[in-house]
Amino acid sequence: MQLMQPTQGSVRQFDRVFGALADATRRDIVRRAIDGNEGVAELATHFPMSFAAVQKHVAVLERAGLVGKHRVGRRKVVRTELEGLHIAQRLLDRYEEIWHGRIAAMNTILDESKETAQ
Amino acid sequence: MTVTAVHKDPVALTMTVTAEFNATPERVWQLWADPRQLERWWGPPTYPATFTTHDLRPGAQSDYYMTGPNGEQPHGWWKILEVEPPSRLVLRDGFADEHGQPDATLPDGIMRVAVEDIGDGRTRMSIISEFPSAEAMEQLLAMGQEEGMKQAIGQIDAILAEG
Repeated sequence: MQLMQPTQGSVRQFDRVFGALADATRRDIVRRAIDGNEGVAELATHFPMSFAAVQKHVAVLERAGLVGKHRVGRRKVVRTELEGLHIAQRLLDRYEEIWHGRIAAMNTILDESKETAQ
Repeated sequence: MTVTAVHKDPVALTMTVTAEFNATPERVWQLWADPRQLERWWGPPTYPATFTTHDLRPGAQSDYYMTGPNGEQPHGWWKILEVEPPSRLVLRDGFADEHGQPDATLPDGIMRVAVEDIGDGRTRMSIISEFPSAEAMEQLLAMGQEEGMKQAIGQIDAILAEG
């Protein structure tokens, strides 16, 4: 698994993914683009900012591999790339394992102190 | 398992863990407030933590290091932001260099802990982690990945065997 052997390349990729998702507007674009029905101009109508600003956000997401532009007939739509999201999901999965271990250790400590008190 | 729910949001990059314990909120709070108890659960099993400074007061900083299987000692810190014993704790956590100085090149994360009495001597604890950068996570995960769940469970057995 990629996470087990982080390389410089994978670290940079994670950085791009996390950096891209660190912005609320970009997270919203990722959610809206899951259906892949809208182009940049249509996406821009949902946000109180200029077309150019939305275009910049889409470009950041595109570089992170989180969205891609696809031709549908004569239109170009923005679509969320699920693989990019899966990288984030895998990081969260590993973090969850750490917390399972921590909670189990907490429980052990609490049980011990109960025995001592008896 | 006492973990009752885990909610992960890969878009917002947050994770919420909820657990219930057969203990009072005051007792659960001690897991965070008492450094000797804290260091028994904070570090992954093969990276036990040692807290050299720890005081749950707003503005206070905690310093700790973990000791890895090959003797390596990654350092970390907590900055205590909000404290309401025994129900609420908000802190920022991050990595430090070998001298314990906060490492500005590794962005930090925020943890929000809520502890509540749910009756019958039971307590619910929820922890919302707002995610650090990919680099910080890589480092964190590199420390935790060698054992995973199996070793965590093995560690608990060992503590139980000590009686």
